Amino acid sequence: MPLLTTRNLVARYGDFQALFGVDIDLGEAETIAIIGANGAGKTTLMRSIAGVLRNQADAVRFDGAEIGALPADEIMALGVAMVPEGRKLFPSLSVEENLLIGTYGRKQSGHWTLETVCDLFPILRERRHNPGTALSGGQQQMVAIGRALMSNPRVLLCDEISLGLAPVVIKDIYKAVPAIKAAGASIIVVEQDIAQALAVADRVYCMMEGRVTLSGTPDSLSREAIHNAYFGAHQ
Amino acid sequence: MIWVDTILQGILLGGLYALFAAGLSLVFGIMRLVNLAHGDLIVMGAYLILLLVTLLGLSPFLAALIAMPVMFLLGWALQKFLLNRTLGDDILPPLLVTFGLSIALQNALLETFSADSQRLPTDALTTASLQMGPISLGVMPLLTFASAVAVILGLNQLFYRTELGRAFRATSDDPVTAGLMGIKPANIFATATGIALVIVTIAALYLGLRANFDPNIGPARLIYAFEAVIIGGLGSLWGTLAGGIIIGVAQTLGAAINPEWQILSGHIAFLLVLLVRPRGLFPRAHD
Ligand SMILES: Nc1ncnc2c1ncn2[C@@H]1O[C@H](COP(=O)(O)OP(=O)(O)O)[C@@H](O)[C@H]1O
Ligand SMILES: [Mg+2]
Repeated sequence: MPLLTTRNLVARYGDFQALFGVDIDLGEAETIAIIGANGAGKTTLMRSIAGVLRNQADAVRFDGAEIGALPADEIMALGVAMVPEGRKLFPSLSVEENLLIGTYGRKQSGHWTLETVCDLFPILRERRHNPGTALSGGQQQMVAIGRALMSNPRVLLCDEISLGLAPVVIKDIYKAVPAIKAAGASIIVVEQDIAQALAVADRVYCMMEGRVTLSGTPDSLSREAIHNAYFGAHQ
Repeated sequence: MIWVDTILQGILLGGLYALFAAGLSLVFGIMRLVNLAHGDLIVMGAYLILLLVTLLGLSPFLAALIAMPVMFLLGWALQKFLLNRTLGDDILPPLLVTFGLSIALQNALLETFSADSQRLPTDALTTASLQMGPISLGVMPLLTFASAVAVILGLNQLFYRTELGRAFRATSDDPVTAGLMGIKPANIFATATGIALVIVTIAALYLGLRANFDPNIGPARLIYAFEAVIIGGLGSLWGTLAGGIIIGVAQTLGAAINPEWQILSGHIAFLLVLLVRPRGLFPRAHD
């Protein structure tokens, strides 16, 4: 049985429907990527899993339990941590405090501590007393990832961690993924950069206009199929 | 020398205003909520202490100690079950609801305790004063000021040295992302208002020991508190103490010139500070 599943997941913002029955599976120790153009509904999917958007209880299952209707703080306590789109560091908190707050709702001992997160991203040790928002974009992204890791999550949701960063910085950040997997987390990465997604993921889901239009392992998907699933077949 | 004495008395009086204001500042800093019933809650606290003093024969200080957890729970419940529902993008609902609460509290106090003015019993120590050369400082004003400094110090420790303090600041920055950290913003807000009402109880103790009170004096306490918070800069706790001191000094200086000018000089000082520094003395860097 997969660790995390969504079944017929629907999401609305007022009258606007953003997701139309999304089914995805995340296995234990698996990394999956969600790709799709701007506005496809990737962030909405992440927010629905994380509990920022509430749903039918059975629309999201985690480790056998129905969690679709739980609020974000309770889902986090179960071990689903999110690196939100746009990093969302707390401006009133220093780098170190931003990392520490990641354990507020879940004190789970495991591989990740302040020490090991700073070993993963050494620059954070140097900048630990700076306000989180005084850092460069790449460093802020490292704080956001570290903050999510601090609770030793079983599932890590990463929403566009490469957004707005230079290619060399993106490479630096994705270098952390093997260590995160080794510590036991299953990962969902949302990416617009298809090459990056195919390189890191065991399986890929492609979304368009609130629906999954294609899924499979990276080597089973042709460029053309991805292109069609991404932009629609009739362009 | 008389001026030194007047200014010293003013600084000490500022401690009382800082106590009035600290809870307001705390709540505003965390959830951008202006509680218009704050002054009436102080008066209610004073009546609660008076009740414990008369029913149980306790000293006012001991009574205040017992009132603190009661007021914490009251503040917690008030925020959780009423005020949280008013929070949102629109700033009007919390103002309307707390304004209504202010009126309701005044009427309830009037019904229960009548309009007669009351005072907490004082003993020899609390009415004593220390003679330092030509200057004489009352023990009660000194105690008030020391309590104000202790409250502000304690709140700062809480804010910057504890996990709860981190959660306060994170929730104030961004309640949705705070939820992703396992924080329940509704409970954080409730805890903050609970703590604010513990400070309100301390303010109520000194209010009742130093002067008469009756059910109608809440709104004026709110104004002093409000001015202290704004002078200091919204959300800055040390600024709130500075704001209280500025109003206190302005009032005693005004009263020294002409006793009728006491209250007015405080308000004028407030307006002058606003003219020079519209965001207060110690505005927060962001927001
Ligand atoms: N808060 C919101 N209110 C209204 N519509 C929204 C909101 N957030 C996203 N949407 C809409 O939902 C759709 C999916 O958005 P999103 O999940 O952010 O897509 P993606 O992350 O794939 O770019 C878009 O059409 C977007 O305009
Ligand atoms: Mg997005």
